[in-house]
Amino acid sequence: MKARIKFRKYGALRFIGHLDVMRFFQKVMRRADIPIAFTGGYSPHMIMSFASPLGIGLSSDGEYFDIELTAPVSSSEAVQRMNEACVEGIEVVSFRQISEEKKMTGMTILAAADYLVRPHDRRCFLPEDWTARFEAFLSRPEIRIVKQTKRSEKEVDIRPMIYKWTVRGDAVYLQLAAGSVQNLKPDLVMEAFCRYLDSDTDTSEASAGPEDFSYHRLEMYADAGTDTEKKLVTLESLGTEIA
Amino acid sequence: MRKLALSDDILMQIEKPARYIGGEVNSVMKEKEKVDIRFAMCFPDLYEIGMSHLGIQILYDMFNRREDTWCERVYSPWTDLDKVLREKNIPLFALESQDPVRDFDFLGITIQFEMCYTNILQILDLSRIPLHSSDRTEKDPFVIGGGPCTCNPEPLADFFDIFYIGEGETVYDELLDAYKTWKSSGKSRKAFLETAAQIEGLYVPAFYDPEYNTDGTLRSFVPNNINAPATVKKQVVMDVTDASYPMNPVVPFIKATQDRVVLEIQRGCIRGCRFCQAGMIYRPTRERNVDKLKEYARTMLKNTGHEEISLSSLSSSDYSDLKELVTFLIDEFRGKGINISLPSLRIDAFSLDVMSKVQDIRKSSLTFAPEAGSQRMRNVINKGLTEEDILDGAGQAFEGGWTKVKLYFMLGLPTETEEDMREIARLSDRVARRYYEIPKEQRNGKCQITASSSFFVPKPFTPFQWAPMCTAEEYMRRAGIVKEEFHSQLNRKSLKYNWHDAQVTVLEGVMARGDRKTGKVVEEAYRLGCLFDSWTESFHNDLWMQAFENTGIDPDFYNLRERGEDELFPWDFIDTGVTRKFLRREWENAMKESVTPNCRQQCSGCGAARFGGGVCYEGKN
Repeated sequence: MKARIKFRKYGALRFIGHLDVMRFFQKVMRRADIPIAFTGGYSPHMIMSFASPLGIGLSSDGEYFDIELTAPVSSSEAVQRMNEACVEGIEVVSFRQISEEKKMTGMTILAAADYLVRPHDRRCFLPEDWTARFEAFLSRPEIRIVKQTKRSEKEVDIRPMIYKWTVRGDAVYLQLAAGSVQNLKPDLVMEAFCRYLDSDTDTSEASAGPEDFSYHRLEMYADAGTDTEKKLVTLESLGTEIA
Repeated sequence: MRKLALSDDILMQIEKPARYIGGEVNSVMKEKEKVDIRFAMCFPDLYEIGMSHLGIQILYDMFNRREDTWCERVYSPWTDLDKVLREKNIPLFALESQDPVRDFDFLGITIQFEMCYTNILQILDLSRIPLHSSDRTEKDPFVIGGGPCTCNPEPLADFFDIFYIGEGETVYDELLDAYKTWKSSGKSRKAFLETAAQIEGLYVPAFYDPEYNTDGTLRSFVPNNINAPATVKKQVVMDVTDASYPMNPVVPFIKATQDRVVLEIQRGCIRGCRFCQAGMIYRPTRERNVDKLKEYARTMLKNTGHEEISLSSLSSSDYSDLKELVTFLIDEFRGKGINISLPSLRIDAFSLDVMSKVQDIRKSSLTFAPEAGSQRMRNVINKGLTEEDILDGAGQAFEGGWTKVKLYFMLGLPTETEEDMREIARLSDRVARRYYEIPKEQRNGKCQITASSSFFVPKPFTPFQWAPMCTAEEYMRRAGIVKEEFHSQLNRKSLKYNWHDAQVTVLEGVMARGDRKTGKVVEEAYRLGCLFDSWTESFHNDLWMQAFENTGIDPDFYNLRERGEDELFPWDFIDTGVTRKFLRREWENAMKESVTPNCRQQCSGCGAARFGGGVCYEGKN
């Protein structure tokens, strides 16, 4: 039996990296006595896979990992027991049964993610009308950036990977491509934006950078649509409550 | 939500920000308005090192059981954050509340090894507590030191208000109660120190004056305050089974050096190796009840979620109920994906059997600590392990499928000859030969014998406290001889030899047996920029040598002379229970290459029986 766990990450726990979050949840499983399955061999490890690592410094309302269970456990009880074994900064939101199919793991089906990006309190180098400038920036048909990979760097157009965007007060909402096929990180969008601002203003002024924003992941999605039409559904909605 | 002492900006620019945020599972939060005493407990090294230390977890738990006390943790900021804290003028803070250490009532620092002394000054400096006890005022916390290095606290005497000598479980309650009374009395700082000095085991360095002879040796060491006793008694917990033990140790987010449940099965060691300070100062050997340990294992694994459990003691094989305990751990937890780690086991049929159950033979290696290459040298140091033990153990292991063996040695031991040095290589080769005695078709390729040597540092309260050391050059010459001998061995291709650096050894030697004067060197080295001296990448020998020169203190005085039989040592005011007479007798036995039986074979009258328990009274009631 497989289960998908959705959790939030906030506050001081933003500074715990992905590998340490995995280790944290392995220990949560033991403390909460969740009947999780292990691999065989001399050093058995828990069968657990995360949909998408969250970078250090980011907060999130929609993180996911899938596990294999050896016995059923009710959703409400699992959520309660896991939260009792958690600390401030990590909160389990749901625990649902998912399909047994291998190709249905969160990591495989992940297609998009939502982010909320807002400037830090001190925003010395960001123009007052930054959200208006952001609209102008995203209204362009293409946004070319140089993407660094381990071996080379190549120019890519990231505009098609930005599925949706809106200004929300002093923040912007972004829906970006995620997963193994295409993946766009929000700080890359903001880096391109800051470069766009620079090209627009007197270069002698100090400029803003992607580190001047805080990033919050809101949700992660799978694509339940067809080849021609996308239909994004939350990873959570693909699971069912266990009674 | 907890507010962090460091801004997001700072946390994003430093390595491993998780070291500084606290909030881990089982960390203790209290309301500061509702406690009387705030205690900052510091391990003066990186978080990952400090979080692996059992002693801190014991005291943290013990203090926080008191409703009137909130104990928090502090570790050394790594050099990156150190720089930021100085630049931005941010005071050092404790992990739980993120409040400045300076606002606490106590700053407790555990002193585990000599090479952390400059880190202690960093902690005080970043906390903005005056480095010298004499400069502190009513506004400063009381700085109290504990841990094994306090059996010669003199190099640090100027920097601490109080030292706690011995095991922490005994008189802290008394000290904290006295503090509460003092705090409400409005009396002077000195008045509290006078009260502390009257508690057994507590040493207030300001209340003692050392005087020196013209040759630099200590002439006298006497109290200058009527409340301070002439002799300070080391504290020992006689009932280890019912002593405080943390059922909910703090579980770090990032991987600590020891990321597991630690079961301390016993304290002390029956063996009496003459170089080993722990083997002398933790006498008498006291065992924890096996049923209690089983219960602890279950509870602690449940409360932490750790996937590994490890036994801790100086010599696990000497624990009376080892078989019962290990069998229990394997039966109970092996099926639940829990790793079982069994350090310091003597290699024999039993240990090989259990190790084959808990580890992958092909990947793991066996460890022997012969400490010396020749039998003569092993007799001098009273290391009971014989060559036969090693070759038999290794042979059984090789037949069981192991191919990797680690051997640990010391160089520069008292009376060491060139022959003794060369025997290190020859013994390693004989272990390899034992492997190649197995018919080729039954072997698993080549064997891998890794020998490592460290340089011996004589420690206070050991039979070798009188012994001279060597110069750094001489140590390296000796390592060179061993290396050369390794090259001429038959199985040299299966042998590997590593040796430690000698410069750190020289400093360790000075600090281990230093007097109050050597504190100036530590302070000068810190001012010159020394920090994290136990980390190769941040160790600067040239700065240390500069510090000796600037202070006019000669390291050779502390290291190179053989101390006289009746010389007064800076640590002689401490009574560890083991008598100086016994230590001297053991020194003479060492010179005669004569072996002393272990505590279970025959009592040698070391003096520890005075404590009225442990191995000294086994089977006597």
